[in-house]
Amino acid sequence: MKTNPEFFPMTGLATRFVNQLVQCRRLGLRVHEASEHHVLLELPYNEALIGYPDTGVLHGGVLTTLMDTASGCAVVCAIKQKFNSLEISPTLDLRVDYMKPAQPHQPIFGFAECYRLSSSVAFTRGIAYQNSIDDPIAHTVGSFMRISPEMVGDAFRQALMGDEQQA
Amino acid sequence: MSENKTQVSDVKSLVAKVTETNDFNYLLEHVPYARFIGMEVNRFGDELVFCLPAKEDNIGNPVLPALHGGVMAGFMEMSAIIQLMVFMQTSKVPKVVDFSVDYLRAGYYKDTFAECYITRQGRRVANVHINCWQTNRKQLIATARAHFLID
Repeated sequence: MKTNPEFFPMTGLATRFVNQLVQCRRLGLRVHEASEHHVLLELPYNEALIGYPDTGVLHGGVLTTLMDTASGCAVVCAIKQKFNSLEISPTLDLRVDYMKPAQPHQPIFGFAECYRLSSSVAFTRGIAYQNSIDDPIAHTVGSFMRISPEMVGDAFRQALMGDEQQA
Repeated sequence: MSENKTQVSDVKSLVAKVTETNDFNYLLEHVPYARFIGMEVNRFGDELVFCLPAKEDNIGNPVLPALHGGVMAGFMEMSAIIQLMVFMQTSKVPKVVDFSVDYLRAGYYKDTFAECYITRQGRRVANVHINCWQTNRKQLIATARAHFLID
């Protein structure tokens, strides 16, 4: 899958954010595209993540991790675009509704958008799918608390900004 | 390996064996994801307490550092599945229908515990409530409720 960074200017920021999370590196999560409206991640199939050994279906917890990361990442991007600041919003709640089991031996895509950003809470929704976003594995909704940009920490801020020279 | 496989597909005898020997970690050994995050089970009388020992791979937020919320949710979901299998002696692995987690506090980089309550058990669907804590059972770091398909 190819993405055009001009269409999705926040792909770099989202990639650096996801790569900062140890668990996400272990899962091999990859950012495909990110904008102020959305984030698209890919989770490669990995036999170490199986939750149902007789069928090879991945554990639901992996999907929750994928969608929590995608949603949190969408919030980071939305805040960066709207306020030009970096905030790492902790998850308040997350709900995952399973439509059908994922096919083994295929990657899972996680699409998330931040559809409302208020002064203290960010609201997200997302879809996990394999072949088509119209044939979802799971729907998710979440809310994230906004915390002050000072909480991010200098080292983390630097890691997130990468080469981009901005506050 | 082939021996493992026949045992896994025969969930009922697996559950029976685990109940008899009281070695609940035997069940976890068959689930790759449970090994991936490194969770354990302890039994105290009739109660099961699930444990997720501190592990660097499970960190999400590197600043605090704190567990990834998704790992916590995965741990809670796996705990609920085991609770259902053991206390309802299910013949299949329960399938998750929905999972809703509330994060109450940051889950720091240390040992994490969970306990599950089967709130309602119908013929096809069971509702489970899961509590998760670190230092003190009264200071929960997360709660979750979930529905599972059973039979």
